[in-house]
Formats: sequence, C-alpha cells, structure tokens
Amino acid sequence: MSDLDPHRPHTPPAAPPGPDPSGAVDSGTPSTAGAPEPGRADPVRPDPAGSADGTARRAAPPPGTGSSGRFAAAPSGTGSGPSAVRAAGAAPREGGGPASGGAAGPGGEPRAGGLPAAGAVDRTDSSSASRNGRPRDGGERAGGERAGGERAGRKRDAARSGGTVSAAADDAAPGTPGSGAGGGSGTQPGPTGFAGALGRPRTYLWTVLCVLLLALPFYLDRFWLQAGLFAMAAAIAAIGLNLLTGATGQLSMGHAFFLAVGAYSYCVLAAGPSIENGHRLTGLGLPGWLAAVLAVGVAGLAGGLFSPIAGRLRGAYLGIATLALIFIGQHVLFNARDLTGGFNGRTVPPLSLFGITFDDTQTVIAGVPFESAEKLWYAALLALLLCALFARGVLRGRPGRAMNAIRDHRIAAGVMGVPVARYRASVFVLSSMYAGLAGVLLALVFQRTVPEYFGMTLSLEFLAMIVIGGLGSVRGAVIGAVFVSLLPQLLTRYSESLPLVSAPGTGGGLAPGEASRYLYGAAVVVVVLFLPGGLSRLRLRSSVRRGSK
Amino acid sequence: MTTFVELLLGGLSMGAVYALIALGFVVIFKATEVVNFAHASLLLAGGYLTAVLHDDLGFWGALAVGIAGAAVVGAAVEFLVMRRYRGSDHSVLAIVTIGVDILLVTELTRRIGTRVLSPGDPWGDKVATFGPISLAHTRIAALLAAALLITAFLLAFRYTSWGVAMRAAAENPQTAALMGVRLGRVSLSAWAVAGALAAVAALFLTVFPTPGLERATSLAAMKAFPAAILGGLDSTTGALAGGLIVGVVESLATGYQGDLSFLGRGIGDLAPYLVMVAVLLIRPAGLFGTKETARV
Repeated sequence: MSDLDPHRPHTPPAAPPGPDPSGAVDSGTPSTAGAPEPGRADPVRPDPAGSADGTARRAAPPPGTGSSGRFAAAPSGTGSGPSAVRAAGAAPREGGGPASGGAAGPGGEPRAGGLPAAGAVDRTDSSSASRNGRPRDGGERAGGERAGGERAGRKRDAARSGGTVSAAADDAAPGTPGSGAGGGSGTQPGPTGFAGALGRPRTYLWTVLCVLLLALPFYLDRFWLQAGLFAMAAAIAAIGLNLLTGATGQLSMGHAFFLAVGAYSYCVLAAGPSIENGHRLTGLGLPGWLAAVLAVGVAGLAGGLFSPIAGRLRGAYLGIATLALIFIGQHVLFNARDLTGGFNGRTVPPLSLFGITFDDTQTVIAGVPFESAEKLWYAALLALLLCALFARGVLRGRPGRAMNAIRDHRIAAGVMGVPVARYRASVFVLSSMYAGLAGVLLALVFQRTVPEYFGMTLSLEFLAMIVIGGLGSVRGAVIGAVFVSLLPQLLTRYSESLPLVSAPGTGGGLAPGEASRYLYGAAVVVVVLFLPGGLSRLRLRSSVRRGSK
Repeated sequence: MTTFVELLLGGLSMGAVYALIALGFVVIFKATEVVNFAHASLLLAGGYLTAVLHDDLGFWGALAVGIAGAAVVGAAVEFLVMRRYRGSDHSVLAIVTIGVDILLVTELTRRIGTRVLSPGDPWGDKVATFGPISLAHTRIAALLAAALLITAFLLAFRYTSWGVAMRAAAENPQTAALMGVRLGRVSLSAWAVAGALAAVAALFLTVFPTPGLERATSLAAMKAFPAAILGGLDSTTGALAGGLIVGVVESLATGYQGDLSFLGRGIGDLAPYLVMVAVLLIRPAGLFGTKETARV
C-alpha cells in the first residue's frame, strides 16, 4: 500500500494519454497489485456475497460521518456512488488509481488511501474480477470488471442492492475503459474516458441511438411520432414509478391519478377562461412553460398530501390504499366540471418555450414541415433525458441506497439511521412529480384530456412496464415503457399482416388493444417467474450467474 | 326513517356479499401471504360461467358449474403460476397476480363484449314488504346465502382438519410442514375456496337491482379490496366487519346522494375507498389486523 503514495502525486499528469494504460498495466501493475491481489482475493472466494457485503459496509465509515454513512456504502455526492467503490478498488491494482481519486470525487480518495478500507473494497472487486478470469489487461479486464460490478450488484440482501448498483455499473461502463486506461475517469465519460471509450461497441451503440432519436422526426409520419411521444411520456412516468415500487418496494396502483393531476393542472393553469360545450371552464392563462412547471409541482403536492398514508403503509396495504386514489381521481375528474370539463374533458393549450410554440403551425426545417409532434419530440426527448439522469443520480447516490435498504429490510434500514417514513413519503412525492410531468407531456400530445384515460388500466400498465423492463433501474423503466406502449401501436399498424389480430372495429379475431394486453399480461407473469430482473437484464444472463432475486 | 332502515338492510345484504369476496381474499393471504389482485377476475369468471350456462343447465346447475369453474380457475392460477415462483418476495407475487388479472379480465371482457348477461336467477325483481319496509327478494337471498356460507366457512375453518391445517400453515409454515401439513395442498385449496366464494358473490352482484353481468362488474367486485384492507388483511373477522361496513356505507351514500350533492354525482361508489383511507390513517393495519411485529 505504501507505494500508492508515490504514485499519487505524479500520475494525474500521466493520466490522459491513451497508450499509457498498457504500459501502466504491464509494468506498473504487477509490482503494486499483481502479487498481493490473488492473495487478497482468494480468502474471499468461498463466500463472496457475505464478505462483500460486510466489507462494503465496513468500508464506508471513513468517508462517511455518523451512522448513516455506514449504511450508504458510497459517499456523499450523487453519481460517485458505486463507481467510487470500484474506482477505489481498482486504484491499488492499476497504479493509475490516484487519477481516479480525482474524478471519483471526495469519496474515492480517502478510502483508497486508508489501508483497511481500500483493502476491503478492493476485495469485493477483485474477488469478482478473479472469478471472471485471470487475464486482466485491456478490454477483457474492463469487461470482467464490469461484469464483476454487476455481479456484486446482484447481492441485494446487502445494503447495496441489485438494481442500483448494476444499473450504475452499466451506466458507468463508458467510463470503465477510462479507469482501465489509468485515467480512472469514474463516472463521467470526460475527456479522459472519451478517448478510451472510442474503441468500444457500447459507445457506438449509444451514439447511433442518439443520432437515430434526433433524426427520427425527419423521417417518421405523425402516427409513429405520436407513438414515440407516448412511449417517452410513459417512460418518464415509469421511471417515477420504478423509483417508488422498484427501488423502494412501495407498491402503488395510483400512478395514473398523478398523471391526471399533472395533465389537468397544466390545462387549468395554461388555458385562459373559456367556454366549451356550453360550459364555463376556469383557466389562469399562465405562460405555457410556467404552467408546465407548476403542474409538476401540483402533482408533487398531491403526492405530499397523501404522505400520511404513503409514509406509514407498505406492501398490499399501500397498493390498495393507492387504488383509492384512482377512484377519487375519476370522481373528481367527472364532477369538478369547471376545472376538468367533466366527461368531455378539455382542450390542452399548446406549450410555448423560448419563443417556440408547440402547436400545429408549420415550420419547415430542411424540407420537412415541423408540426406539434415533431417539435414536441425534441422537448420530450430532452425531458426524458433529464428525468433519466436525475433518477439515475438519485438511485446511485445516498438516497438510492437508503431506498433500497428500506425495500430490502425496513427495520435494518431504520436501525442504521434511515428515516424510513420520511424517505417513503418523499419518494412518493418524487414519483408523483415524475407522473405529473408525464401527464403534462401526454396532455400536450393528445391535445385533449379525457378522464377515462386516467383509469386503473393505465396504472396497471405502468406496473407492467416496470416489471417487464426490470424493477429498480432507470433503464428497465425505459425499456418496459417502450415495450408496453409501442406494442398496441405496432399491432394496430400491422394488424392486417398478423395472424389472430384483426383491425380495430372489424370484429372477429382479437382487437389490437386486446392482443397487446394479452401479450403484456403474459409478459409480466413470464418475466417474474422466469426472468428475474426483467428485460434489462436479459443480455447479461449468459455471463452472470443467476442472482438471488 | 323507513328509508334509512331500507338502506341499512340493503347495505347489510350488499356488505355480506362483499364479505364473501373479502373472505376469499383474506384466506389466500393467510394461507400463502400473497395479495391476490386477480380476485375480481376470479369473480368475473364464476359469474360469466353462471350467466352463460343457465339456459342449458337451469339456474342451479349453472350456479354449481360457475362455482366449480371459479374454484378450478383459482386452483389453476395457484398451480400454474404461484407455485412456479421460486423467490421469497411476496410483494413480487402480488405483481404477478396483477399480470394474471390483466390476462383473465381481458379474456372475459372480450367474451362478454358489450352484452349485459342475466344470471337467470329465480328471484327476478320481486319485492317483499314487511310493514312499511320493502326489500327485494334478491337482497334477502343474498343476506341468507352469505350468512350461511360464512358460518359454514368459519365452522370448517375452526373444526375440520382442513381448517386446522390452514390455520397452522398461516401461523407458521415451517412448523406446519414438519407436522405433516402439506403446504401445497393448503394453498391450492385456499385458492379454490376463494374462487368458489367469489363465484357466489358474483351471482349476487349481478342480480336485481343491477342490470346483470357486464364489463363493469369487476369494478364493483373491487370494493372488496377496501373491505379486506379496512378490516385487516389477515383477519377473517376483519373481512366480515369490513365487508359490512363497506356495504352499509355505500348503500347510505348512494341513498342519500341527494343530500350529498355537493360531493358530486356517484359518491356512493367512492365512499368505501374514502372510509378505507380514513381507517388506515388511524389504524395502519386495519381494524382487526395484527400489528406487524418482526424479530431483528
């Protein structure tokens, strides 16, 4: 460990170059870490789960303060969570660690320095890495480490648990080669990690996906753009629900209620007073962007009002209590006619942001007429990205650990100093704000809100989404949302060419809506029984031993 | 006053029906610790069979088939789905039942379509009058049938070896298994019993004064959820009390709707949920539910 210190001051300058890592690994590593490592790794192997937990928890006190620091294996800052653990673990091995201390934030550094802690954390990592195979340089090592991170993430009985860590490990993947390259850029694919990331298929995948998503409005017709917008709105709501149900273990069947709150609040706030169907509708006529922000706030407020129940109940009790929200919501939507327009709903005023109005006035860009769907596409994409990043930050940081601990063992979490009721209530508020934003977006896409849409079916769809995609991870929520919300659209569009499915309204055979409900209902059952972790873990199943979930 | 008594009796009769549903819900929870969100669809299955077959088999034959059919559907769900789950987290199983519910409800509502199916009951729309009070025959039949079934169930739960096995499994599954109680059979029978009770309830949810079995019947069946929760999920007494409370509250709120017009139309459907939320605020484990204790 002592040869770590000399490295510390002078490695950072050497961090950036790409070719450097191979040298560092070949020459530097064996002397510092190559020898001690197997020794360190081996005692752990018989019981990797237990000791990993133990060490991870023991490792925390140095950086953390007080009892709650112990529980959160990662230190303060969001985003530096599990990757900091890994970076700290990797540090002594590579000799390039100090740089990672810089990037991994305040948490990584002290631990890498402190002998017991660094050793302990390192053990977690190297044990899994060594199980993956000895050759540990270049891409293989990085790959092994990633799998190792995910595997460690599987041990969810521990304070650090499944969804979070593995999601984090995935997300951190672009940074992994960086740390392998002696740069140790930890989470952010900064300038250092970027150079290393160029040679990896994953980076290309993401780039292609981004370009594709940005380019789609130029090619798709309105039907598919709307389908995509529904999927994006659903993804935002599903991320919120996954924070609540997946990460904190609080079953909610009332998610549709908060979508309704968001959608209708936006209408009331943004629309001017008007008369529809011979009925006077209240409206405050605020600017669109302000109305959208306030609508999200109102949804959060509604979630907060429910907190006396959300903070105290759990499991089925909460599930059925939130079922009440659906019925209350439906009742209010149908009856508060001057706010909601009653049965007929009310028209949604278009959003205006930075001088752009998201309505159907055509703006021709590159020969493509941009109407509301095209313009909204980018707004929704941006909203989804921000929501996903924020949720990832929450999940990977201290709150995420607390939430997982509450899900896995409420009493243990309480003993460790997590204010359980407060966390439950605040996650509920956060998730209802996500739902509120999704509601605003949905209202904008529909251009008309109707009460029937926000019924129990919608709530069940969101639950199906997060279960199918994978409980507790942002990626799972997005995958599930895309699956569940695009399925009916796909079936509708291609109903002629599919067996068993008939076009809507023709009778005979299955209607596309029914067919898709069969499919995702069955998907929920199959996923839970045979594919723990959902679709987002599908790819990993070959390389990762079946987890305990 | 007459109105009040009529509403109260009607409410008690509906409450007894809700209690039947809630009882099945609680039995499944006690035997397997699974919250069965597919319960409304079991009910719909039983009701559908009764309504479709009564022309061919006569009412009682159709009812028997409906009860047996719902029991078989319940047992099949347990056998094909619940038993295949290898994990230990029961809240995940609750989500599985939601998946099952989506499947069953989609299938049944597709079959029912926009039709309103009559259960073909012998009571029709006859009304009995006792002095100033008039009560539909169907309500009296519901009250009697529910009282009979609940008594029979509670006696069986207390005195038969099946009931003892069920209670032992609820108390401590490991010990019960060591004593020779076959847990698989216990949970299978719990699901079957719950299905059968739900099928009987389905009959009384679809007779006069309701128009008959339709898509929305599963929504009516959902009022058994607040009934089970406000009584306490793990208490059969709670299921009874919860069912009666829900029934009476709903009946009164519907009956005095005119006086409650400031709350909007259709407050009767909402009332059970509001009562449930109010009870949960004061007693998070329900009225008769055991407070959860845990050994650390």
